[in-house]
Amino acid sequence: MAEDWLGVEAAVSASEGEDGDEGQEDGERRHQRLLEAVSSLSGRKRRKLAERTEASMQVSEFNVSCKGAGEKLVLSELLQPIRPKSALSSVKKELTRVKQKKAVELPLSKEEAKRVVREAAYVRTSKDVGKWQQVVLQNRRAEQLVFPLKQEIATVVPLEQAASAWKARTPLEQEIFGLLRKTQQPITDPLLTPEETASLQAMSLEEARQRRAELQKARVVQSYYEAKARREKKIKSKKYHRVLKKTKRRKALKEFELLHKSDPEAALARLEELEQLRMQERMSLKHQNKGKWARSRAIMAKYDLEARKAMQEQLAKNKELTQKVRVELPEEEPGDVPEEAVTSVTVPTVPAGASGANPWMLGKPSSPAEEPEVQEGVGDVAAPGTAESKEEEEEEEEMSEEEALLQDFAQKRHVRQQQAGSPEGRGADEAEAVSELLGDGPIPTICAEEQASAGIEQPPQAQEEILLSEHLGQARTMEDVEALASEEHGEEPEKPAAARAEKQVQQQEKGRAGDRRAKKPPAKKKIISLQAMLAETSQEVQCPSLPVVVEEEEGGFDQRGVITEAFAGDDVVADFRREKRKAEQAAKPQPVNLVLPGWGEWGGTGLKPSTKKIKRFLLKPPPAPPRKDQHLPHVIMSEQRNIHAAAHQVSELPFPFERHQQFEQSIRTPVGPTWNTQRAFQKLTAPRVITRAGHIIQPISAEDVPNVAPAAGGRAKPALEIAPKRQEQPFRRPRRRAR
Amino acid sequence: AYLELHYIPWVSNVCVTLTAVPRNYDPALHPFEVPREYTRALNATKLERVFAKPFLSSLDGHRDGVNCMAKHPKSLSTVLSGACDGEVKIWNLTKRQCIRTIQAHEGFVRGMCARFCGTSFFTVGDDKTVKQWKMESPEYGEEEEPIHTILGKTVYTGIDHHWKEAVFATCGHQVDIWDEQRTSPMCSLTWGFDSISSVKFNPIETYLLGSCASDRNIVLYDMRKSTPLKKVILNMRTNTLCWNPMEAFIFTAANEDYNLYTFDMRFLESPVMVHMDHVSAVLDVDYSPTGKEFVSASFDKSVRIFPVDKGHSREVYHTKRMQHVITVKWTSDNKYILCGSDEMNIRLWKANASEKLGVLAPREKAAMNYNQKLKEKFQYHPKIRRIAQHRHLPKSIYCQVKEQRIMREARRRK
Repeated sequence: MAEDWLGVEAAVSASEGEDGDEGQEDGERRHQRLLEAVSSLSGRKRRKLAERTEASMQVSEFNVSCKGAGEKLVLSELLQPIRPKSALSSVKKELTRVKQKKAVELPLSKEEAKRVVREAAYVRTSKDVGKWQQVVLQNRRAEQLVFPLKQEIATVVPLEQAASAWKARTPLEQEIFGLLRKTQQPITDPLLTPEETASLQAMSLEEARQRRAELQKARVVQSYYEAKARREKKIKSKKYHRVLKKTKRRKALKEFELLHKSDPEAALARLEELEQLRMQERMSLKHQNKGKWARSRAIMAKYDLEARKAMQEQLAKNKELTQKVRVELPEEEPGDVPEEAVTSVTVPTVPAGASGANPWMLGKPSSPAEEPEVQEGVGDVAAPGTAESKEEEEEEEEMSEEEALLQDFAQKRHVRQQQAGSPEGRGADEAEAVSELLGDGPIPTICAEEQASAGIEQPPQAQEEILLSEHLGQARTMEDVEALASEEHGEEPEKPAAARAEKQVQQQEKGRAGDRRAKKPPAKKKIISLQAMLAETSQEVQCPSLPVVVEEEEGGFDQRGVITEAFAGDDVVADFRREKRKAEQAAKPQPVNLVLPGWGEWGGTGLKPSTKKIKRFLLKPPPAPPRKDQHLPHVIMSEQRNIHAAAHQVSELPFPFERHQQFEQSIRTPVGPTWNTQRAFQKLTAPRVITRAGHIIQPISAEDVPNVAPAAGGRAKPALEIAPKRQEQPFRRPRRRAR
Repeated sequence: AYLELHYIPWVSNVCVTLTAVPRNYDPALHPFEVPREYTRALNATKLERVFAKPFLSSLDGHRDGVNCMAKHPKSLSTVLSGACDGEVKIWNLTKRQCIRTIQAHEGFVRGMCARFCGTSFFTVGDDKTVKQWKMESPEYGEEEEPIHTILGKTVYTGIDHHWKEAVFATCGHQVDIWDEQRTSPMCSLTWGFDSISSVKFNPIETYLLGSCASDRNIVLYDMRKSTPLKKVILNMRTNTLCWNPMEAFIFTAANEDYNLYTFDMRFLESPVMVHMDHVSAVLDVDYSPTGKEFVSASFDKSVRIFPVDKGHSREVYHTKRMQHVITVKWTSDNKYILCGSDEMNIRLWKANASEKLGVLAPREKAAMNYNQKLKEKFQYHPKIRRIAQHRHLPKSIYCQVKEQRIMREARRRK
């Protein structure tokens, strides 16, 4: 108000000087208007200051000008409302607004502004980076990581594509392609030559089916046949095989006879062939002095007369065998052929030739392989013989066989007599007697032949025996062999060595008698033969020239004895008992002796502290708790700490484990292939990190892990890899799913 | 029943025959499994020590100390090295030969890095230049010249290339981020005024940068916002840092106070792990590409390999002739370690000292895995641990290690 007032005053004073001229007044007004216009431009409404432009008597303090005093009042003007807002209200508003508003802040310093930006950026960036958290944790916990994470999949390009892209440039390539084209070799897929395609098209479905059915049938038949053959081959029965052999032989013979009748030429040729085969057999090294036995004889021959004889006999036989045999009667009765002949396959159709010249007949007594038959021949061979007779197929042949057997026995007996007789000085007369006993034609001649060389030839008895025992073993089951061994063992000491020679003779005679009777119960025979064998052993023992051999044989029989002898000093059980007793004693708590001689009584040499004192100061410890092994006689349990073992043991619980049970568990489970199957072993030993040689491992990238959180939760566990090959890719799966 | 393949020794000379043999896994038939496995583990450990011959070869040819190295991003057999006389050499590791030599700078080659595609590489030197070179050697008659040369105002002390874009960063007075096509930096990042010794791009979140300055701090930058993010101040200067290639937020700093510090960049208040074993300043560090281990080079003339989650090293490599190791790299196939040292040599080591190189037969591989598992299983047993942990150290390092231990004990007691 005061200002306004002053302003008015100033205006009054300013206008007083310029009252005079009208023109100036006009200019003043214009100026006034201009000012108003300018002031209105500035936006703020200023209160219009009334201006007193003329002098008047009535000067109202309310600033009423008298400018329009002479004008008429218009009613309508009066009716207009008075302005509702006072001019000052806006000013007031302004004022309140100004009061409410604080002082304008100073702009932030540059440093601080930067810091704010940095902090915001850091928060945001660490949040961004935090999205890797899941992946990182997962990889840290992963049982196995395979690097590189992103693997290039080697795609196989189809052949046509590769071929189309590629052109033959060099002359060599062009030539090769020219050849391929010429021979119509396929270059594109399917890789079939025209012939192949044609053949594929040619065969119809039905044909193929038929063919297949045929093939199937053939295969089935073959398998049946195979099964049958296998089954037959498995049959162990000697009898069966003998019969089989015989039937085969017969069949072959019949065929041969038929052939002989129908086509003698062919039969002859066949005979020739057979003869050839036989010769080959003879020429083989069977009877040369290169076998094991022959060689051992050769060594022994230097010292042992009998061995020398045996060797010579062998040599003679060899000579005989290697001589050419003249075939005189090709169609002789085959019954004479001994079934024990080595040439079992060819023999059936081989004519026995002149019985006198048959080396097998000659060789019988001396050949070691056949020798067992001598001892228990009747028991073994006769039984099948009777069985065959029951078969009553061809009586004649049976008879002839029996005859042959009889002949054999005669020979053997003869030889045995020789053996028994020669040491005693008896010679040919006994042999003569034997030959007389058997009234056969050819055999005496054989014997005579034998006799010629018999003076020198004699099979060594030791050899006989070893083979014999072997043979016995072969003939029986294992239980039998064991029983036999025990029998031998038991029987041996019974016989006084002195009486054995005589007994042997007796037995031989008995055997002879048995031979005469031709058949005997086999069991009895066996016992007898055993005794004979034992007697012969004793003979060997008597011979002073072979101490080494004897010892060996003794050892062989007395294995347990030898072992017990060797460990005679070791009584392991007693030792253990003693040890245990010692351990028990050591573990007992010892009494503590606190007796001080001389205290409270006289002391000195020869003086003992009184019993009372001892009783008082000898502290007996409480008895130890019962030993854990007191009821276990074979066990010593020691609860003492073993220092040597302790050096290998873990003394404190290692870090990741929380309880010692966990640790023990981890140690107890074996991982090795000895205790685990191959698959489990591979799984257990799969390495933690697998890298491939020569592959660059790129840093993990966001492409590998598109959406981190779901990938971590829902991903199936990939199988552990053992080797870097055939790997599955841990990070590829989620990506695949995402697509 | 399972069948096991058994090896028949008597035909092994002629050919290996494998036959299926049925096995009985009844535990009663195979008693004493723990003692037997223990024996096997003991043998495996001994054999590991017997076969621990990590040193493969030495690449010599530099005429001054090797100051920096770079791996070729696409070729395992190529490695680049820069020496203190400004010479850059490119090596073929399979032939163990230098295949190219460039006189790149006057004075030190301070830093080098290969472009992510492997076609060219960058070097920075004391002559205030950044040079880009072709990876292939020049044609016959062609001059050995850089593709680009940028002349800066200050000395650049380090360089690193972005892992995916045509952008690289240099450090020196400040961290500059360059577009390959321009001769002036896209942006310069500063925080304080001190010389920055190295700068590294994060290989996973590629917009992140880490740098270490000589005012004892490590600074992280964000390239997108072109602002620094956070600063960590350590007791002593950090020489280099390296980002874990498998864990985006983990980096390890090689410090002057003989230790390495592994940080999680989200929680920089304290390091995740302090790795100590070196007895002198750690000069360089490089992560294995699997992110499970890293290798560090030290002024104490040794190279050590640390597991990321262990405070102590699992392996120490040294030779009589190797001097202060300035730079070290772990090859991208996780098999070898390269270290360049003061005495002008680059040495090639096996990352796994007793590993058999070359192709392994499946059975050999199985045996190796089994042995590894056994060693792991029985690692806490004193005898085995003693053998497994035994390492030979040169006397100087040995004495210093002892001294350090005593000092640490004393400090703890106070």
